[in-house]
Amino acid sequence: MELVGSLLQAALRMATPLIYAAIGETYSERAGLLNLGIEGLMLIGALTAYTIAFFYQSILLGVLGAAVIAGFFGLLFAFTTVTLKANQVIIGTALNLIGLGMTSYVHRMLFNTLAGSSGNVKVLPIIRVPILKDIPLIGPVLFEQNLLVYIALLLVPIAGFVLFKTSLGLALRAVGEHPKATATAGLSVTRLRYGAMIFAAMMAGIGGAYLPVAHANTFVENMVAGRGFIALAIVVFARWNPINVLWASLLFGFTFALQFRLQIANLRVAYQFLQILPYVVTLLTMVVLRGQTAQPKALAVPYTEQV
Amino acid sequence: MMALDHDHILPRLEVRDICKSFGSLRANDHISFRVLPGEVHCLLGENGAGKTTVMNIVYGLYRADQGQIFLDGKPITIRSPHEAIALGIGMVHQHFMLVPTLTVAENVIMGTRPLFFSRSSLLTNMMEIEREVKSVADKYGLKVNPSALVSSLSVGEQQRVEIVKALYRGVRLLILDEPTAVLTPQEIQELFNTLRILVRDGLSVIFISHKLNEIMAIGDRVTVLRDGKVVGERLVSQTNPQELAELMVGREVKLIVDKKSANPGEVMLIVENLSIEDHGVKLLQDVTFSVRSGEIVGIAGVDGNGQRELALALAGIIKPSAGTIKLSGVNLVGKSPAQIFRAGVCHIPEDRQTMGLVMDFSVAENFVLKNFSSPPFVRHGLLHPKEIFSYASRLTKQFDVRTPSVKKSVDKLSGGNQQKIVLGREIDQKPKLLIAMQPTRGLDVGATEYIHQQLLAQRDRGAAILLISTELEEIMALSDRILVMYEGRIVGETSAERSNIEQIGLWMAGVTVS
Amino acid sequence: MSDVRHELWRNFVVPVLAIIFALAVGALILTLTGYNVVKAYGALWQGVFGSKVNVGEAFLRSTPLILIGAGIAIAFRCGFWNIGAEGQFYAGAAAGTFIALTFVNLPSWAGIPIALVIGFVAGAFWGALAGFLKVKFCLNEVVTTIMMNYIAVGLVGYLVTGPMQEAMRENPQTDEIIESFVIGRIFPTSRVHYGFVIAVAVAIIATIILFRTPLGYSMRAVGYNPEAARHAGINVPLHLVTAALLSGGSAGLAGAIEVLGVTGRLFENLSPGYGFEGIAVSLLVNNHPLATIISGLLFGALGAGSQVMQLNARVPAVLTFIIQGLIIAFLISFRYLDKNTGNK
Repeated sequence: MELVGSLLQAALRMATPLIYAAIGETYSERAGLLNLGIEGLMLIGALTAYTIAFFYQSILLGVLGAAVIAGFFGLLFAFTTVTLKANQVIIGTALNLIGLGMTSYVHRMLFNTLAGSSGNVKVLPIIRVPILKDIPLIGPVLFEQNLLVYIALLLVPIAGFVLFKTSLGLALRAVGEHPKATATAGLSVTRLRYGAMIFAAMMAGIGGAYLPVAHANTFVENMVAGRGFIALAIVVFARWNPINVLWASLLFGFTFALQFRLQIANLRVAYQFLQILPYVVTLLTMVVLRGQTAQPKALAVPYTEQV
Repeated sequence: MMALDHDHILPRLEVRDICKSFGSLRANDHISFRVLPGEVHCLLGENGAGKTTVMNIVYGLYRADQGQIFLDGKPITIRSPHEAIALGIGMVHQHFMLVPTLTVAENVIMGTRPLFFSRSSLLTNMMEIEREVKSVADKYGLKVNPSALVSSLSVGEQQRVEIVKALYRGVRLLILDEPTAVLTPQEIQELFNTLRILVRDGLSVIFISHKLNEIMAIGDRVTVLRDGKVVGERLVSQTNPQELAELMVGREVKLIVDKKSANPGEVMLIVENLSIEDHGVKLLQDVTFSVRSGEIVGIAGVDGNGQRELALALAGIIKPSAGTIKLSGVNLVGKSPAQIFRAGVCHIPEDRQTMGLVMDFSVAENFVLKNFSSPPFVRHGLLHPKEIFSYASRLTKQFDVRTPSVKKSVDKLSGGNQQKIVLGREIDQKPKLLIAMQPTRGLDVGATEYIHQQLLAQRDRGAAILLISTELEEIMALSDRILVMYEGRIVGETSAERSNIEQIGLWMAGVTVS
Repeated sequence: MSDVRHELWRNFVVPVLAIIFALAVGALILTLTGYNVVKAYGALWQGVFGSKVNVGEAFLRSTPLILIGAGIAIAFRCGFWNIGAEGQFYAGAAAGTFIALTFVNLPSWAGIPIALVIGFVAGAFWGALAGFLKVKFCLNEVVTTIMMNYIAVGLVGYLVTGPMQEAMRENPQTDEIIESFVIGRIFPTSRVHYGFVIAVAVAIIATIILFRTPLGYSMRAVGYNPEAARHAGINVPLHLVTAALLSGGSAGLAGAIEVLGVTGRLFENLSPGYGFEGIAVSLLVNNHPLATIISGLLFGALGAGSQVMQLNARVPAVLTFIIQGLIIAFLISFRYLDKNTGNK
């Protein structure tokens, strides 16, 4: 029982960066932009947060800084893909390369190390919600987490609400499906897409920021370790619905937590099958749901105004 | 021009001397007409007459080169559909501007509320919004289900949603562009009822159409356009289909083609009971006709009456739901495009840039687009560039393709030369059957003349030619026999004498009994 | 602009411009972080051309890049966005290693080719699977191939800690392959091996296929205009799967060669991102397989030189990642600026 509880708690913790990144990507993909560069953005966020936290002792500033810097790169992405109409797949790949390169480089610069890792920062404290945390099983899971986890848990319903219950969300959903119809209704495809992308990039930045300040309390090169790509899978798996992002992220988070435990226990169980399970499930889901694919119809297609 | 006693009523819309050219094409040539409040005003004309162009100008999609627009007596400039809607002008296009994954209500309200910082940005009261939408629809007798997903609606229902969209925004002038093209007869009646309710409420409706029976049924007044000009304006109650048909197609004969008389041989193509149905809509209905070798059969008709589907079925791109296509007795239905090609059927497709050519390929590569994998272009498994280039050079000369080199990519060529590549490629196969769809669309006079000569030469060689075109002059000049398509059916057949043009016009407009 | 000049501009000048801009930004970064640009780039240059060993390293690193790049060139030209070269690489590496460890009695002239062919087949299968999912189920190949990267990497992880693990069972790696399966070095003084020759050969073959065979013609037509291809009688789905198959195979071959020629065994993290770098290699030369030899060498040189740059000028080697990313970003932006300012 206790094992399950601690697993779930760990699962939510591991899921948190995924939640941020996937919520962000959900928004950008709903608007029609396929951003493969989440990995790069998360790394940028991670390094920014770590650096600021290290030099200014403020985690809050660090996370905010991560959002801003990552958001800036999101702006660049939007500019090249929406205004210059460049191929989104390629730009996303470039963003990953730049993100990895820049973060590793800057990290070594600032922390004078060629070893790839450096000093510790203080970590986000765990906030224990009184009374609620004593609820059996779910108490520790939901109410003994750090601030970023709580915010992520709030982010999910808010993101869902905005997407499905506001005119902004309506516009975003429309522009990824049928940009021409959206334009004829008087909305600006360009502004909607820029906005969605910057938001998505900021979320990815915060997701990345989580890793040094709440997870590892240091920065290691390439520490995002593929989570950005996992976020891509989560968006598909969640069928572009923010609420489902929570469950999908938890699923992935759970397999990570479980896998860790197994590795530590040195069990001869092939934990790699657990590792790849979420990807296999995503593929299977895509196959099964192919007819009713929820993928935004105009995803990754640049929009050109016609005469 | 008949004197109209409506002059004292302030028109809802007046267009004056509107001119619009696209390159050398004069789409609108001093077009003037008035639409009164509370009337259904029909714009009648064939393809290319200019009806859609002038309406796109009114709706803000195009800017006129010259001319003025007055709304309720005041001069206005319209720079975008957004502005048009704000002025109370709405348009329902042939291709709907609806997001399929959203509900009816969501589509209707999209763009009408601020995105941020406002009470109305919240859509938590969807039920209320849906009721609001329903009440607007009900007011005009339009049956819609506000909570239904647009993707689950029939075409007719979707059109209703488009109309509700416009009504919700308070339009007082509604433009409908060929609205009945994809409706069932039942739905057409429902649409007409709706229009009657709208005008009773004082709205004005502009109904763009080529279908005379509908115009007679629903129109109050009709303006006839031809070749970009207004050729007549009538009160529907004071005219008849014959007069309108004559106005629509009657013209000075400009196109004179030197044509030998036909000498048709054996029957080459027999199409029997060909039908295509898609989601309940009958695109082709029991089409039956034949083409002999050595003759040109022209299929006339306004665009959208099944010609496209017929051409695609003949090419093997879409599979008919019933019927046969027999070439020299062999049924081609179910065969792949490659097999059909090898059977001796060549195809000049409707849109050379998307269907006929690979624009990024060179002239030479496009010339061998259909036979690149056969000898002599392939030797020992590899392409043989010299053979390909010499073939391309020969065809370039033979078909007068103006290009500095066969290695140049095709997108640098003019439309006429591009079409000549398609033509040359197909004709060089010495096909038994040649299907030419809109072969001179977008081409200048010189290229058009050339293509026509080539088609006639093929006919004289003994090919069976099926010419599908919305250009009536072209059909009249080239065809030996003319079939007219209307709403997926062949509604008439005649020889190509000039005197038959009125009858053809009537058939094109859906009037079957003369 | 005349056609020839335009082609020259697009395929030569623009990439070179992109490289220059990227190097310029790199220089800016270096200066901002307190390095001497001359010293840094000098060390980079040294790292590539400084000695026979260094030059050899450049060629060594370029081998998998050329192979993967050439395959991706075919895929992209056909309109199949294969982001799964990384996973296909691993598939081929695993298959090749398996052959090398299992059929130990084969002589070199038989064993190596067989292992390489099986490596190709494994990668081809992995790629074709994504192709099949695209044509049969309309699944976006970008997403599916990325998923399959993880699955392949995970499976390899399982193999090297399970059934294929070394006899000593200490590390997550296989045993070392025996001498007869090792691809020999070309020169005694450098690590570069005959795999490079194979890579160049593959690039040449890919070019011939793409530009000189009916298959390549069809694939290019499908990539440019699938609708017209269909009208012309070309079997579009078949060619998409073929493109996926060929590019996957090339990446698989690269994996097998990496094991047989460089590492001698299979282990996790065999690829430092070759699959993604290969994409950059192809994009840089507008997806022309023959030219991937050049861009592969360029990126290989950057990679090799970066190690020396790090050693001698104490500049982090990862600067070259930044430069690579910038090259792509500038390249794509220039190309699209070109497109949108009237040349199209």
